[in-house]
Amino acid sequence: MSGEKTAVTEMRADPFVNDEAIRRVFFEWLCRMGDNALILGHRTSEWCGHGPVLEEDIALANTALDLIGHTQMWLGLAGEVEGKGRDADDLAYLRDAMKFHNLLLVELPKGDMAVTIMREFLFDAYHHLLLSWLAEHSKSPRVAEIAAKALKEVSYHIDRASDIVVRLGDGTEESHRRMQDALDLLWPYTGEMFIGDDVDATLTGAGIAPDLGGLQGKWEQNVRSILDEATLKAPEPGGFAHLGGKQGRHTEHLGFILAEMQFLQRAYPGASW
Amino acid sequence: MSKKEWPLWEVFIRGQHGLNHRHVGSLHAPDAEMAINHARDVYTRRREGVSIWVVPSKEITASSPSEKGPLFDPAESKTYRHPTFFDIPDEVGKM
Repeated sequence: MSGEKTAVTEMRADPFVNDEAIRRVFFEWLCRMGDNALILGHRTSEWCGHGPVLEEDIALANTALDLIGHTQMWLGLAGEVEGKGRDADDLAYLRDAMKFHNLLLVELPKGDMAVTIMREFLFDAYHHLLLSWLAEHSKSPRVAEIAAKALKEVSYHIDRASDIVVRLGDGTEESHRRMQDALDLLWPYTGEMFIGDDVDATLTGAGIAPDLGGLQGKWEQNVRSILDEATLKAPEPGGFAHLGGKQGRHTEHLGFILAEMQFLQRAYPGASW
Repeated sequence: MSKKEWPLWEVFIRGQHGLNHRHVGSLHAPDAEMAINHARDVYTRRREGVSIWVVPSKEITASSPSEKGPLFDPAESKTYRHPTFFDIPDEVGKM
């Protein structure tokens, strides 16, 4: 991957990495973590050179690079767990859409700055809670280690996104309207973050990952307090939720991202620079 | 978008504990809080610092280039004003 390389530290012994009983689901769960970071990172990178001001352009590009760094760690471990010799690049560039396991939220088009910032905020609030749990409680040392590294950057992402949500929400009439529209558009995609399936249940049972439903209360509380400050009206809880991304059923948008992202490796296999 | 340009801020970064804050450049931001965030993004991506100061550029009073002579020339031939005649023990570190 040509993004910023995150230094690989010494490998810690982790019984789950070679545990035949959970190999398949652990691999899939790691792909979910990596794919969320990869697809959101790619979406965010679409602002590079197009930001409204130089400083914001750089900040978004930094965020994108952080996420690509996380991708490298999650998909790298996924490849190890799978044990078929695939590395992070193989998984990022040579899987088709149905094999991607990211949330639908992160593959939606970047939209205007309101959609971009609101999406980042809603995802960061979840990402931060999830990584905090993993860093502190995960029984997999490798997972905890990756989460602890990513958490430092994501702590800044959520601070930055929250700050801008408040500024734009409680800004001009136009910025308020755009932020409210973005919130209404994205909210139905947030439910998927907290609805677990068999993969999640197995990982929760093994003590590797948290019970996702258990994170939702705290997420809502954190998100609503910022939205209140931003004078934005959060939709009622328990509404409709778009599902399927985690299981590989995607919106029409993912294929276009992959076409752009994977073109080079598909047309010139093994090319590097 | 930028019908109204954000004000300019000067950015100072302390590289390590014990060193002074050094001027690294400038940027635009609507207020001090965002100026700090921007400084973090623009100037400290590679662990350059332990502390950031931002100062509104308009608050800085600069000497005029035309006053350079009167301000600095008189010291030119007075090398004895430099404390170069003292031996400074290594343990003292940076002065």
